[in-house]
Amino acid sequence: MKLIVAYVRPEQLSDVLEQLFHAEVRGLTISRVQGHGGEMEHVENYRGTSVKMALAEKVRLEIGVSNHFVQPTIDAILAGARTGDVGDGKIMVLPIEKIVRIRTGEEDQDAVTPVQAVEQG
Amino acid sequence: MTNAGPQSGDIAWMLLSTALVLLMTPALGFFYGGLVRSKNALNTMMMSFVALGPVAVAWAVLGYSLAFAPGNPFIGSLHFAALRHVGMEAQGAIPHLLFMAFQGTFAIITPALISGAVVERMRFNAYLAFITLWVLLVYAPVAHWVWGGGFLASMGALDFAGGAVVHVNAAAGALVAALVIGPRKDYGRHAILPHNVPFTMLGAGLLWFGWFGFNAGSALSAGTTATLAFTNTLLAPAAALAAWTILDLIRGGTVTAVGAATAIVVGLVVITPAAGYVGPMSAIVMGAIGGVPSYCALLYRAKTRLDDSLDVVAAHGAGGATGAILTGVFADAAWSGGANGLLGGHPAQVLTQLASVLIVLVYSGVATFVLLKALALVMPLRIAGRHEKLGMDVSDHGEEAYTHGDGAILVTPRAAVLSQSAPDVVPVQSEGGL
Repeated sequence: MKLIVAYVRPEQLSDVLEQLFHAEVRGLTISRVQGHGGEMEHVENYRGTSVKMALAEKVRLEIGVSNHFVQPTIDAILAGARTGDVGDGKIMVLPIEKIVRIRTGEEDQDAVTPVQAVEQG
Repeated sequence: MTNAGPQSGDIAWMLLSTALVLLMTPALGFFYGGLVRSKNALNTMMMSFVALGPVAVAWAVLGYSLAFAPGNPFIGSLHFAALRHVGMEAQGAIPHLLFMAFQGTFAIITPALISGAVVERMRFNAYLAFITLWVLLVYAPVAHWVWGGGFLASMGALDFAGGAVVHVNAAAGALVAALVIGPRKDYGRHAILPHNVPFTMLGAGLLWFGWFGFNAGSALSAGTTATLAFTNTLLAPAAALAAWTILDLIRGGTVTAVGAATAIVVGLVVITPAAGYVGPMSAIVMGAIGGVPSYCALLYRAKTRLDDSLDVVAAHGAGGATGAILTGVFADAAWSGGANGLLGGHPAQVLTQLASVLIVLVYSGVATFVLLKALALVMPLRIAGRHEKLGMDVSDHGEEAYTHGDGAILVTPRAAVLSQSAPDVVPVQSEGGL
């Protein structure tokens, strides 16, 4: 089991989600973050004040997957997030010690196997 | 009234009306600004706001003369160019100068309406050139045809406050502009949602407020005609909103806020050509049935490849044309002291109205097409694809609507001068990074 953490451009998020969907990766968390990764800066002007925006808006994805899903997930993120310019982001793959699904108490492999939600009557 | 010249009551109402109509352009900025994504909020609002500058100047210097100076049936002359011969002499019930200013506020908002069709992708510089030339080449002649003693006025076309001159005219320009510039890259691929619906509702409210000046001010005096137009401006949008609410309930089971804001604008558009010509109950009927074509056009447009992003054609085109034609149905001499329509035993008026709509539609469409194609020869009309993704607030204005200032490094005055000579980007490494 691995935790895949990816930082992507916010404007690529829709494409990334689309690719992940096609790769049948279900279950992920995103958060809006700001970061700096060597990309070019843009200058903004507000009346007399000029500022260089040193932090760029990024989206962080966190996806817990079983081992055989690691490469398809990476491929999907690459397909959706790459523009070719500096600042496309990073993908990091981290080992996971343990995963627990809160609803059932299932652990590890079982906990990251998707289940279909059923509507509660 | 005697021949004693303009009266203070008329002047007071028209001064106020001029300010009311001027407010509609910033209001339009809020209406449109709320409907786009947050990365384009400033750009979209600026597309309306900026019309207050160059378009107004172009109007004073040349546009007013082309529209209202004595000329032939198709265009005015240069007699009033640079506001020569525009002074305190009476123009109807008010000073000529005030008439020019009042008409100027109409000239400002009409090209701004077009922006709704090209938001989130048209280069701002190209847009500036486009609206400034459009008001001279398209708006001024059409205003002359209807209000400046041109051939549509001679035909007997009724357009009280600008159903054809403002709304059909802008919508035809919007349709062509959307086609020439093409759809947004994300259109039809990703969901594009309004980023601030409360802005849109604020804009709709301020538009309605300003529209009292637009319609009742078009009486050009403070009398019974203004009273009629004012009341109709209250009742028609009310009926449109009521009808839209019912349509929303039937179709989706919920009454939507964006729908309500749209309904108000459509109701206002529908009553614009009729405001001083129809009775108040007719205004209610017009508002109620006039919104239906727009409602259907909105739903249909969203299924097509036509990225008229903020539905200028559905709201102003369908609404304006419906209003103009219904004016030919409901015009009532008993209320206005003027022309009768179909219900008053003058069915030919409907055809006259239809003809005026088609003529404006064709001229505006063709002239807008030629203007945009000519501009495309000297400047790109569309922003680069990566700027479209990044958002136009940063790419075309160097600002953001909603910034927290995190990671913003103050640029020293010397560096600011340098960065202006090499715009867009400065590599952060050059100053040692973070």
